[in-house]
Amino acid sequence: MHVKIKVKVNGMEHVHEVEPRLLLSHFLRDTLRLTGTHIGCDTSGCGACTVHVNGKAVKSCTLLAVQADGCEVLTIEGLSTNGTLHPLQEGFHQEHGLQCGYCTPGMIMTAADLLKNSPKPTEEEIRHALEGNICRCTGYHNIVKSIQYAAERM
Amino acid sequence: MIPSSFSYQKVNSVAEAIKALSSGEAKILAGGHSLIPTMKLRLNSPSKLVDIGALAELRGIKESGAEIIIGAATTHQEIATNKIIQSKLPLFAQGGNSIGDVQVRNKGTIGGSLAHADPAADWAAIVLASDATIEVQGGKGTRKIKATGFFNGMFSTALQDDEIITAVHVPLAVGSKGSYAKFPQPASRFAIVGCAVMKMADGKVNIAFTGISNCAFRDQAAEKAISGKKIDASTIESASKAAVEGVNILSDHYASEKYRKHLAKVYLKRALLAVS
Repeated sequence: MHVKIKVKVNGMEHVHEVEPRLLLSHFLRDTLRLTGTHIGCDTSGCGACTVHVNGKAVKSCTLLAVQADGCEVLTIEGLSTNGTLHPLQEGFHQEHGLQCGYCTPGMIMTAADLLKNSPKPTEEEIRHALEGNICRCTGYHNIVKSIQYAAERM
Repeated sequence: MIPSSFSYQKVNSVAEAIKALSSGEAKILAGGHSLIPTMKLRLNSPSKLVDIGALAELRGIKESGAEIIIGAATTHQEIATNKIIQSKLPLFAQGGNSIGDVQVRNKGTIGGSLAHADPAADWAAIVLASDATIEVQGGKGTRKIKATGFFNGMFSTALQDDEIITAVHVPLAVGSKGSYAKFPQPASRFAIVGCAVMKMADGKVNIAFTGISNCAFRDQAAEKAISGKKIDASTIESASKAAVEGVNILSDHYASEKYRKHLAKVYLKRALLAVS
């Protein structure tokens, strides 16, 4: 049994018939070919699959695509405007906030949620906000600096 | 990991949800943050999901007389960041904020967590310690179940097959002070041991544990050891001595029975110190 869903992703409306068991992460990557959203642990632990649904950071590996019906989804692909990097993307570039880059889309989407609710976070707040995102390369230090870089410019 | 197939129904009212529950092996889908992981691991394969995510009537926090009513589909994050909760029920703000991470808190709901009844869930200890009541609705109407009579065992509650949780009623006990202390599993942040304490104005102390046994429970022996007494080093020591004795304590690859028992006493001390 397929279910018709209408989801606005990065400002563009998509209507698809999906199996109810299709995960949002697979819908974004396989159906819409938006492969910027990564799947890491696939058990809601690592945060690589973080996207925004109706403005809130969520783990797309633990959501069904049908749950996003009628919602607005923002992925890493929707963050830059007219080819200009979002301050967070620029920050991760300038402050060397990534090495392998696997966790980066999730880190940036979580950080974007944080900066929306708390535009000038302390270092402690940044580290606390990132508790659901795991990075195995950087030791987090440069990720924190990248977010501070963005916070100063937003 | 992909769950096995199921049929899906999005409902527009609680009555419709109750009706939908009466057919087949149906499960309620709220935030899905307990249910979907178990379905992906194929520990749970309901034939049908009834999605209550669109029901605004189940969401929100309001003060009504001498209690705070939290809608069942209110997320952990909405509870933890709510101004009424922060000022009048700080135990719920503290507890909610200790769940998972912000992404999990943005989806997971209090009603979902209570209905799922994971033996390591945080809300279970918190509703028990605060003498909360769980309001449920089913084919036979509405009823209220005291938190102390709600948890039956591992993933097991007093809910009937066609009942859903609609709200959590928390009494506003004037002059009370609560605290939640937990030793979290480092990846999931579920409680390996969680201890919620509520000290009432009259000196009665409610003590509830989660993570320790098949389901969360009130520790009457520990409560008796400290209730009505000044909370100090000596009474904290006696409550800790009395705690989790005679309880069937879980043992798994995170923590052995002996270690969990030790942690329970340590975390009770920390929670009591915070309300002393």
